[in-house]
Amino acid sequence: MALELTNVTKRVGVDTHIKETTLRLEPGHFNVLLGETGAGKTSLIKLMAGLDRVASGKIIMDGRDVTDLSTQKRNISLVHQFFVNYPHMTVFDNIASPLRIAGMAKSEIQGRVEEAADILQLRPMLNRRPNELSGGQQQRTALARAIAKESNAVFLDEPLANLDYKLREELREQLPDLFAGRGAVVVYATSEPEEALLLGGYTCLMDDGRVTQFGRTAEIYRNPQDLVSAEVFSDPPINTAPIHKQGNEARLNANVKWTLKDTAASLADGDYTVAVRPNHVTPVKSSRDLVPMMGIVQVTELSGSESSAHFLLGDQSWVSLAPGVHPYRVGDDHQFYMDPSKCFYFAPDGKFAA
Amino acid sequence: MQKRSIIPILYILFLLLPIYWLVAMSFKTTGEILSGFSLFPQTWTFDNYRVIFTDPTWYWGYINSIIYVSLNTVISVVVALPAAYAFSRYNFLGGKQLFFWLLTNRMAPAAVFALPFFQLYSAVGLFDTHLAVALAHCLFNIPLAVWILEGFMSGVPKELDETAYVDGYSFPRFFISIFLPAISSGVGVAAFFCFMFSWVELLLAKTLTAVAAKPIAATMTKTASSAGYELGLLAAAGTLTIIPGAIVIYFVRNYIARGFALGRV
Repeated sequence: MALELTNVTKRVGVDTHIKETTLRLEPGHFNVLLGETGAGKTSLIKLMAGLDRVASGKIIMDGRDVTDLSTQKRNISLVHQFFVNYPHMTVFDNIASPLRIAGMAKSEIQGRVEEAADILQLRPMLNRRPNELSGGQQQRTALARAIAKESNAVFLDEPLANLDYKLREELREQLPDLFAGRGAVVVYATSEPEEALLLGGYTCLMDDGRVTQFGRTAEIYRNPQDLVSAEVFSDPPINTAPIHKQGNEARLNANVKWTLKDTAASLADGDYTVAVRPNHVTPVKSSRDLVPMMGIVQVTELSGSESSAHFLLGDQSWVSLAPGVHPYRVGDDHQFYMDPSKCFYFAPDGKFAA
Repeated sequence: MQKRSIIPILYILFLLLPIYWLVAMSFKTTGEILSGFSLFPQTWTFDNYRVIFTDPTWYWGYINSIIYVSLNTVISVVVALPAAYAFSRYNFLGGKQLFFWLLTNRMAPAAVFALPFFQLYSAVGLFDTHLAVALAHCLFNIPLAVWILEGFMSGVPKELDETAYVDGYSFPRFFISIFLPAISSGVGVAAFFCFMFSWVELLLAKTLTAVAAKPIAATMTKTASSAGYELGLLAAAGTLTIIPGAIVIYFVRNYIARGFALGRV
């Protein structure tokens, strides 16, 4: 069951929350909606779920126009960031509630609830109330409700954001498998680029109420089609700087310049923006082709096996992320090396150039 | 016993003293009450209670009070539920002002409304009915119930509504089978406050009734008979008026503080 949005917009008063969006989500695919807080992920999910009305455009589910169809009739599931369960019902009744509303036979409800409970390891808690459960169990109950319903579309709005780290990793690993083979469109909203990469499938990048790019996750990570998409899909933030191209030389400032190759070399001469991910700016000269840049170290962070450094290059702030522990001293000059083969070049209007 | 518990104990004794005195008096004869100071009833008597439970003018006072108080509680809560839901879930033009204006109804003394209610109800034939008092008390109790319920409802995340719609619940079904249980303590507290205000209010209840719906408090003001004051009887009647409130408060004891904060945490 495909879910299609055609020129959908959403306005609240004079503010446009969702700008014209056209999107086609295929059944059985795991789609990640990636964008910062306020980018419009929840707004878009609410439109798709029918909890909000579109200002213009069409929503089509399985070939049927559902733009004016109420939420109740869309046969969808939704899991919120906050653990939302019916407080006065047991876990069993919580999972069974959409099935009972649909008028399913008792024996079938029993079977479906138990199946969902087994998948999410909720068997021993079926007779408890949600407030007697831990946060992770509460969220698993909400997920079980979504699974048992076997709906056409499942919307997961940052479902792991309020869980602690370990539980998150555990549940994140399970998630794609939970819905695999059920033929539903799965939409998973998150603000963390890393999550999108870990979950795989398809990713839809959002910025300021607009879908900037949509495609296979690995593909759009490698090939951002504009500067905004590159910025959205990078953590820590991608480094960007204005450069001037002359012949096959890219010149960032008087000291930092490198030779362009392949398609980049064939671009018209002029001003471009270079973007390079922090993990391609390292303090180690691992190859002859790397471009040296001398920066003043400002902030350093050591996260387990990786060290990151924020440094000033002229008046621009850059970030380097490298495996291993590196001896940075705040305030000192430090030599960094950028890999020019990993650079993206964007035209002044933000479009991908090379 | 710890030293620091002495002051609270003294305070509680201080609070309980008049109640004890009332209860003790209700078991004394009027003669004993008037004859002087005695800590316990010297001659125990249940006559006072016997009079109340056998004399229709007395026990009908209680029945009348309970009828209009219950009626008022039901009307107030039922009317306030949808209003409170609207205030807690939707933004509409003038919503905030209207919400505050509701509360200003509580700022005028009841006496202000006694005359218009009396005139109006006499004209439409509602005078001396239970409904008259129940409706008049709505003027104070509906705003109060709306405020309390709105507080409790705003404590329930909007996502619960959305989850229910997604699961297929229609609005009425969601409201009754999901939302009401989620705010059941709020409904209990709102009902308690309506009950209490209506139960202790005397002026409107007395003004708007004559015989058929005369409340207990009005009956109590008529214990001065040709035989003098019947203090024992009055004390017994007073003791009985405390009981309904005590029963109701038992059910909402865990939420009462939130009720005084109008449902806000």
